[in-house]
Amino acid sequence: MITAEEIIKPENLVYTKPKLMNDTHMHYCPGCSHGVVHKLVAEVVEEMGMEEKTIGVSPVGCAVFAYNYIDIDWVEAAHGRAPAVATAVKRLSPDKMVFTYQGDGDLAAIGTAETIHACNRGENIVIIFINNAIYGMTGGQMAPTTLEGMKTSTCPFGRDVKLNGYPLKISNLIAQLDGACYVTRQSVQTSPAIKKAKKALRQAFENSMAGKGTSLVEFVSTCSSGWKMTPVQSNKWMEENMFPFYPLGDLKNE
Amino acid sequence: MSEEIRLMKGNEAIAHAAVRYGVDGYFGYPITPQSEILETLTELRPWETTGMVVLQAESEVAAINMVYGGAGAGKKVMTSSSSPGVSLKQEGISYIAGAELPCLIVNVMRGGPGLGTIQPSQADYFQTTKGGGHGDYRLIALAPSSVQEMVDFVGLGLDLAFKYNNPAIILADGVIGQMMEKVVLPKQQIRRTEEEIRKECPWAITGKTADRKRNVITSLELDPERMEQNNIRFQAKYRTIEENEVRYEELYCEDAEYIAVAFGSSARICLKAVEIAREQGIKLGLLRPITLWPFPTKIIKEYAEKVKGFLSVELNAGQMVEDIRLSVNGRTAVEHYGRMGGIVFSPEEIVEALKEKLIKE
Amino acid sequence: MAKVKGTVLVNTERCKGCELCVEACPTKTLALAKKEVNDRGYHYAYMENPDACIGCAACGIVCPDGCITVYKVKL
Repeated sequence: MITAEEIIKPENLVYTKPKLMNDTHMHYCPGCSHGVVHKLVAEVVEEMGMEEKTIGVSPVGCAVFAYNYIDIDWVEAAHGRAPAVATAVKRLSPDKMVFTYQGDGDLAAIGTAETIHACNRGENIVIIFINNAIYGMTGGQMAPTTLEGMKTSTCPFGRDVKLNGYPLKISNLIAQLDGACYVTRQSVQTSPAIKKAKKALRQAFENSMAGKGTSLVEFVSTCSSGWKMTPVQSNKWMEENMFPFYPLGDLKNE
Repeated sequence: MSEEIRLMKGNEAIAHAAVRYGVDGYFGYPITPQSEILETLTELRPWETTGMVVLQAESEVAAINMVYGGAGAGKKVMTSSSSPGVSLKQEGISYIAGAELPCLIVNVMRGGPGLGTIQPSQADYFQTTKGGGHGDYRLIALAPSSVQEMVDFVGLGLDLAFKYNNPAIILADGVIGQMMEKVVLPKQQIRRTEEEIRKECPWAITGKTADRKRNVITSLELDPERMEQNNIRFQAKYRTIEENEVRYEELYCEDAEYIAVAFGSSARICLKAVEIAREQGIKLGLLRPITLWPFPTKIIKEYAEKVKGFLSVELNAGQMVEDIRLSVNGRTAVEHYGRMGGIVFSPEEIVEALKEKLIKE
Repeated sequence: MAKVKGTVLVNTERCKGCELCVEACPTKTLALAKKEVNDRGYHYAYMENPDACIGCAACGIVCPDGCITVYKVKL
């Protein structure tokens, strides 16, 4: 029988945390989708050999500290303004690979104008959109993407569309814009889903460097703390409740 | 492009100056009375010559955040607007100040509050010099009173912004923005290369190379002790700026018994008022603050020992007069004369106000 | 059929005990520590059945905190 010591050799390595992701302890709650998406960003940037050319724009929300975890240059945007910040960085330094990393509140509520107009101008940036249907950082309030009937701390009896309007499928809106070349909805709850999501992310980054326009990758995600479930329960709840309303797949790929 | 003498509007002058001073990016949104800045830039098409980026943003909010991003990349960037638009920019300005980034903002003021009017006003003095956005920060505020100064202050504002890693603002008004004058445009400066930016702005997000740690542009610091240290650093910087960068102009002050203090378009009208007053035997001088922050406190304090009174002449309800009173600190009389809502005073009105408020007998 | 044998290393201090790796493991190799906790108080993941590991890396891929390194050999 082969021992663990005999297996643990560099030539037998099949998976490890990407080098670009540093050892700083992430502030995210256990099981949070952010961590997986961070890893994918780090992996794709690393595999493209773009470590020295990538600029990240972090949002206000749970990912506000994204800049502490991935070893590239970052700029922290005001709430919702990441696409405007990224627009300028990319236009002034076209050789850079520029992405925003935004939650649903940041992207689809306070930053709707910046998001839609950056996409409509066809800025050569990547927009990474974490949709967990809730405001995580502030403690679980209703988001523009909160599902009908879903309970949050500001719709404690469930989202009532008469009172709060309808959950916003912003990616579908963006897919209508001529400036957006690639709009896709992915998830990261299983190993096959993550592999697919990584491919999508890679394509988005490649589009941005090929000058094809704006690419938006939505990650339908979980928020165990906000949803008040375990991470395992959250994944199941997401598959059963989020996926029917936010179906996975490409919304546009030109 | 070599040095050139031209006749143009103050707003057009800002645009020409931006190109010639080697600005990397301008981000704006139309609003009267400053829309000629964006219009002139799009007509000049500097992206074909110097490589300067000119972009009409979807809002003033987006424009100032584009400035934030560009400034974070170490680029020379600017925006312009007028009062209601500058109110919208305040969040971004606070972030820029908090992240200690250099940039230039132009406010061609109009009458307020609210949507107000499109006529000239100086009612944004408080907003400009006392904060405007949230938090303890300061903007280096330059007040041009001629079209030539609109040109010159684009260069000066950017130089000061980069010297102190702090946003600078040109506080003009509808008069200076719209009037035409002779200007000398400077010769074309070459935009800085990526390599020069890496050297001059080692903090900028130029892409993390192996020889340095990652750069992060942020104003966020959750540890209150470190956040206080940041604030202490900002305040120390502001004291240095107050020490080194005060600018003003003195006219007929040597023998003055009364001094009118006025900036921007008001100073031009006051100069005529000084002539009229002196014809009537009143020894009136004019002190024109060029930097509204840092404010010329020291010189006002010095004159406070000699003159019978100051008249703050402003196109507002009395804003700069508070800084004059703080400088004078009770040593002599300080009064205010102003018109509001887009009305501009005449020189004669100012002389009458002087007599009524300060000379009395 | 070529047999494969894998093993995983868990960075137990970085682990937050979210259990997603346990759920993702097709061979029930992994479990959360029953009693032991790390410095932050989390019941970290460990190989409860090391012999079952096939080195598929599903655990590493789903781990949000990048705590898991996976090795594999063909026997």
